[in-house]
Amino acid sequence: MELLCPAGSIPALKAAIEHGADAVYVGLKDETNARHFAGLNLDASNLRDAVHYVHQHGRKLHVAINTFAHPDTFQRWTAAVDAAIQAGVDVLIVADMAVLSYIAANYPEQEVHLSVQASATNAAAIEFYQQEFGVTRVVLPRVLAMNQVRALARTTTVDLEVFAFGSLCIMAEGRCYLSSYMTGESPNTVGACSPAAYVRWDEQDGVLESRLNGVLIDRFQPEETAGYPTLCKGRFEVAGEVYHPLEEPTSLNTLGLLPELHKEGIASLKIEGRQRSPAYVAQITKVWRAAIDAVLHDPTKFQVQDEWNAVLAGLSEGSQTTIGAYHRSWK
Amino acid sequence: MQFSLGPVQYFWPKTKMQAFYRDAAASDVDVVYLGETVCSKRRELKLDDYLAIAHELREAGKQVCLSTMTLLEAPSELRELKRYCDNGEFLVEANDVGAIGVLRENGLPFIAGAAISVYNQHSVKRLVDMGMQRWVMPVELSRDWLRELLSHDEVTAVRDQFETEVFAFGHMPLAWSARCFTARSENRHKDQCELCCIKYPDGRRVDSQDGQRVFVLNGIQTQSGDRYNLINQLPQMHGLVDMVRLSPQAEGTFDWLQKFRDNAHGNAPVKLPAGDVNGYWLQLAGMVQHA
Repeated sequence: MELLCPAGSIPALKAAIEHGADAVYVGLKDETNARHFAGLNLDASNLRDAVHYVHQHGRKLHVAINTFAHPDTFQRWTAAVDAAIQAGVDVLIVADMAVLSYIAANYPEQEVHLSVQASATNAAAIEFYQQEFGVTRVVLPRVLAMNQVRALARTTTVDLEVFAFGSLCIMAEGRCYLSSYMTGESPNTVGACSPAAYVRWDEQDGVLESRLNGVLIDRFQPEETAGYPTLCKGRFEVAGEVYHPLEEPTSLNTLGLLPELHKEGIASLKIEGRQRSPAYVAQITKVWRAAIDAVLHDPTKFQVQDEWNAVLAGLSEGSQTTIGAYHRSWK
Repeated sequence: MQFSLGPVQYFWPKTKMQAFYRDAAASDVDVVYLGETVCSKRRELKLDDYLAIAHELREAGKQVCLSTMTLLEAPSELRELKRYCDNGEFLVEANDVGAIGVLRENGLPFIAGAAISVYNQHSVKRLVDMGMQRWVMPVELSRDWLRELLSHDEVTAVRDQFETEVFAFGHMPLAWSARCFTARSENRHKDQCELCCIKYPDGRRVDSQDGQRVFVLNGIQTQSGDRYNLINQLPQMHGLVDMVRLSPQAEGTFDWLQKFRDNAHGNAPVKLPAGDVNGYWLQLAGMVQHA
């Protein structure tokens, strides 16, 4: 069971490797990946350095080219594929059928994983991508319950990768247009959700308001911790009641599911957060390395350690974690 | 330019559904999509009921298509999907890639729905090669995006093999989740939802704390708070859009269908009411109403 960690920079990548990641995933410095933020990601020369460093340590480098290509700039996506392959990366993570086609036609030997942005939630969809494009691994969206993950693990022949920790997308990824509804920019079209350029903070009488493109996402009293205005985690009003109609600010944490994920032969555990700092990546990687080693050593004796939870809670949105859709009670 | 009625996205009682489709049969709509696309627990109408309505609509001269579930997770949902695909008579709209896989395996043509991520000419071409006869573009795309996409050689070479359709009226489906937000709004777990969404024929409205309409909750689906309305953009669609989709609303759908027909060539523009938006088509934020 692989530990796959995020890196938005070379220092973050080194932190992940030093603390025990089996593989690291990165994106290029453009709109070809779903964390297209200013100051983040690698250019072509960084990418060669990253490959060198990761291979020196006997680990693997994955590159996410997982947004959907625009009609007028399709070459940017093919150039990203070409650059990644020339740099010698191990795996491409892809969502767009057009980009998958390009790789299958030009680099038939290349290992390709289906990005969570392709939103493959069922055996028929997985088979489709396997047969049409030869993907060997599928990253499952965060909408599946553990029993559904189990059913897929037992019916498909591709490797499965699941999200283990980090920001919780509660919508089926790759099919969520909430961000472009409010701002004109979405994960699919620009590689960002609730983009920072549209965020505004206002304080009045001690109450802090967060807005996204002018829409009031939340109001925080002085004693409350204010979170980033990701629009699905706002407090809104339904029939006179103000609450989080979609989801609270919280992070996904599947530590408690590790023995079960291991038992079902899940190939890889993905940590979300290419936008996070090297220090964050270091801490998170350390915890998950220890947890995975404990499961691999003896899954029957596995117990979540309090100090792991303490570290993870400190790194979580609103200091809260959930196992999300993996458990039916969340739904 | 043809007009279609999309699948009813809300959970309506059987009698309301049957009445709606009697009106559809009597209307001058060209194409009708039938089927449950949001939640597999909604069983007021089963596939056989939809097929009975489909036959009546066909006899009334409508082209009927079956529209499939968007978020497919459970094996039971895949079995139901296969029943839709095996109907033997009607063209199927695939709202998940899994449905495309099933239809292709059976050698059947298909419509790619708006929730299939198709953003460029190469994806369109690939799907046409697999049997796509109609493409409903993702709701977040604009006229400029569509025009650019259709101008490329990959597509112009096969343009006679598929139609384009645009979602042009109604609350837009923007997201699907494992969680049922309508049940959550009533403090119920999804497993004990008691199909409470049947009480909300237009979904449940979500406002910001300062009173702006933001979203509509419709079970596991989140819709746009405002209603999409491209009636005044119809004249710009000629040559790009073959079919214009109206998504059934609890009230007034057929009045709007008539208004759309009347303004197909720009002869009867309408001043958009507050709460109607057109931003996406104009390459703006979806929630924007541009005069």
